[in-house]
Amino acid sequence: MGVNDGNVLFTTLDNIVNWGRRSALWPMTFGLACCAIEMIAAGCSRYDTDRFGIVFRPTPRQSDVMIVAGTMTKKMAPAVKRLYDQMPEPKWVIAMGGCASAGGPFNTYSVVQGTDLVVPVDIYIPGCPPRPEALLYGFLQLQEKIRREMPSVLAKFKS
Amino acid sequence: MEANEIEKENVLLEHPVLVQKVKSRFGKSIIETAIFRGEITHVIETKDIADVCNFLKYDLDFQFNFLSDLIGVDCRPLNSYFEVVYQLYSIPHKYRIRLKVRVKEGENVPSVTSVWRTANFAEREAFDMVGVVFEGHPDLKRIYMPPDWEGHPLRRDYPLVGYKDQYNPFGVEKK
Repeated sequence: MGVNDGNVLFTTLDNIVNWGRRSALWPMTFGLACCAIEMIAAGCSRYDTDRFGIVFRPTPRQSDVMIVAGTMTKKMAPAVKRLYDQMPEPKWVIAMGGCASAGGPFNTYSVVQGTDLVVPVDIYIPGCPPRPEALLYGFLQLQEKIRREMPSVLAKFKS
Repeated sequence: MEANEIEKENVLLEHPVLVQKVKSRFGKSIIETAIFRGEITHVIETKDIADVCNFLKYDLDFQFNFLSDLIGVDCRPLNSYFEVVYQLYSIPHKYRIRLKVRVKEGENVPSVTSVWRTANFAEREAFDMVGVVFEGHPDLKRIYMPPDWEGHPLRRDYPLVGYKDQYNPFGVEKK
């Protein structure tokens, strides 16, 4: 049965919205440290995030996902917050690697002890740095998370 | 002891000018001279450091035209002073020499930005991390830490994990 045969598909609005959102997750081209190298590798032809509809965008205004890839310093934190604020809703955050998740080995004076102290995080990816497969798995987990969201219910609470 | 003496002799034979000419020219300004494994270190009076550097750069026997590095050191548990270390390299002669000045809290060090322009950023680093103030620096402000940062992180009395704030719940409580 195909759509072109004149058939009708029944679904809920939530389902089709979630399908649209999770099928074109555009992350922001934005890296802080060595994790960014793995993120770049994930975007290149060998791992190829494009096949999941994950296309890196050069501006926060066109992005859905922010990958915090690397050690976030206290000096960088206001810039990260500003980029997050510039992204349109709905938006998600992936904390990539130990540093972005919880400060990693750097319990020092200059390092933010976890991205969740600056912006809300959806997915935490362990590793130092995580391999591109781990980042892809994180994206699949994020897609699964979005699949279970209920935008119609959320919209009632937001208005 | 004896081996050390022999090494001292060897160094003196290799580049005697680095010790002898500097000593004869700036005898009063040199607090002490140390030679260790062929590395020559002069500890200079703080007020004379810019003159010594200027001489070492422009004298034809030295031509120390490259300031490899400039470092601030907090020596405080053992001694009561900070040190500023100048690592110099002479590209024409392939000489290396190390100069040090000792400075107490509240005292200033003459800037060497007029001798080597690269000292600009290096002195800003020493100021940012250790808090040594350089007199005559064209734009002495922080280079690594944010402009509103309080304290100098590489001082011995600064906690390694930093102070508690919105970005670090594990930091030391500020008194």
